[in-house]
Amino acid sequence: MNLAEKILSAHTDRKQVAPGEFINARVDLILANDITAPLAIKEFHRLGVPKIFDPKKVVFVPDHFVPSKDIASAEQVKIMRSFAREQGAIYFEVGQMGIEHVLLPEQGLALPGQVIIGADSHTCTYGAVGAFATGMGSTDIAAAMATGEIWMRVPPTIKFVYHGALPKWVGGKDLILFTIGKIGVDGALYAAMEFAGEAVNALPMDGRFTMANMAIEAGAKTGIFAVDGKTTAYLQQRARQPYKVYYADKDAQYSQVIEYDVSQLEPQVAFPPLPSNTRPVSQAKDIKIDQVVIGSCTNGRLTDLRIAAEVLKGKLVHPEVRCIVIPGSQQVYLQALKEGLIETFIRAGAAVSTPTCGPCLGGHMGILAAGERCISTTNRNFVGRMGSVKSEVYLASPAVGAASAILGRIASPEEVL
Amino acid sequence: MSLKGRAHKYGADVNTDVIIPARYLNVHEPDELAKHCMEDIDPDFVNRVRPGDIIVAETNFGCGSSREHAPLAIKAIGISAIVARSFARIFFRNAINIGLPLFECPEAVDGTESGDLLEVELVSGKIRNLTKRKSFTARPYPDFMLELVEAGGLIEHTRKKLAEKGT
Ligand code: SF4
Repeated sequence: MNLAEKILSAHTDRKQVAPGEFINARVDLILANDITAPLAIKEFHRLGVPKIFDPKKVVFVPDHFVPSKDIASAEQVKIMRSFAREQGAIYFEVGQMGIEHVLLPEQGLALPGQVIIGADSHTCTYGAVGAFATGMGSTDIAAAMATGEIWMRVPPTIKFVYHGALPKWVGGKDLILFTIGKIGVDGALYAAMEFAGEAVNALPMDGRFTMANMAIEAGAKTGIFAVDGKTTAYLQQRARQPYKVYYADKDAQYSQVIEYDVSQLEPQVAFPPLPSNTRPVSQAKDIKIDQVVIGSCTNGRLTDLRIAAEVLKGKLVHPEVRCIVIPGSQQVYLQALKEGLIETFIRAGAAVSTPTCGPCLGGHMGILAAGERCISTTNRNFVGRMGSVKSEVYLASPAVGAASAILGRIASPEEVL
Repeated sequence: MSLKGRAHKYGADVNTDVIIPARYLNVHEPDELAKHCMEDIDPDFVNRVRPGDIIVAETNFGCGSSREHAPLAIKAIGISAIVARSFARIFFRNAINIGLPLFECPEAVDGTESGDLLEVELVSGKIRNLTKRKSFTARPYPDFMLELVEAGGLIEHTRKKLAEKGT
């Protein structure tokens, strides 16, 4: 069995699982946010079960519209907060919260070998620590909160192997955008993506989170990495409980193995309206922008902010550009403050916000007007994603975002340094 | 059970952001969501749609976020089924879980235009285009999913399971 199959089978009563089989898997962690939890709670009540199966395994994170942007969203958070209190579930209040997929690994809640489900499509992010993690809907979460189990179809696994050393300014975001550009937004539909090869082994954990995060953008059920020294080092001070590490068998089967040589890869930019519309940054230079967003569950971690600050240090954001920087969690924010990154951003003329999803999904804190263009380190550039249906979103790394903020058009970091 | 209605046809990669934009996700009541169904791809949809109508689409329908608000809005506005070349994974789960039937049938997608009258049989997956007098068969549901669909969704299915366990 491969890595995904090993983890899944360990969560059933079977010795072996194979792609296509329907299983009931025991879950180790369940997540919902301020948009999906109220619906999950409503459905949970319909089950007639008074208590969630295990309060230590259910996490609620308000992050999409918080600090609450209007009365209706305040009511949604209130539903979630009261339910969490009444059930004794894990809850992160404003002031402690972060964007869920930055927060859970950082808090040592998402661990290797676990089966994690979340009512959020980017739950696949935790594959970076070697978990089988996948997004679903609110009703799924409701049923799992009651039973501790979830129905699942065992996915086929596509293995992606990245060869070569990555050039400077090229990282996890570029690898995943490049991959989605090659296989398309449904190129891994229903499948698990397993990432391997020396280029990803060399990535910091933050770069792996970025890659696993966007597996869903290729239609995948999860994106997963084998645990290595970097993973265990990352978890050492964090893990809230012991965990079990699984590895693929020597004779593991994959539905496909795709190999790329990435030693010459350029930073990538995904043009609207799909993450698969990618081009190298050198072919994206005459595009004037109105806004830059650096943040989100894709690129709101410390490494991302360090890279953005490295590019912005001593420079100024273009006078016709709004640059919005959103640290992914309080921990990231505090560390960025200590390292002087926040000062760099503010001196450069960027706006820095408390952690929130905010503009990533067109919620608040940076909505686009008709005709406006944004380059963003987020994960989706669908029509209307960040505001008006007549606005445009381009996806790229923090390095490209920061360089573009300075020049007022899509730019590579090499042009400003 | 058979479902009958006019087809509304769309292209590939219709994502959950255009089905129900995030700016409306500060509520979760199906009837409220239904008012904005398909707003960012087809603003007139809410005025044209009639109860029982059927959405027909190309590949990867429902890609993007996990928001169950998307199939809920579609169901609440009266759409009785969706026929597509393929569906995004989470959307597929969500729709089946809330009792909105989906059918994968490339031939029916090719053989249908907006406005055609369609009739779909739930269990057999037979799809008839009554306007063009053609019929097609969708890919059958695996047994487990058929169980879910027949129970009326995941909540009903789970209640039954819990009752059997005696908890
Ligand atoms: S940052 Fe964006 S993609 Fe990530 S959880 Fe929030 S809304 Fe979703």
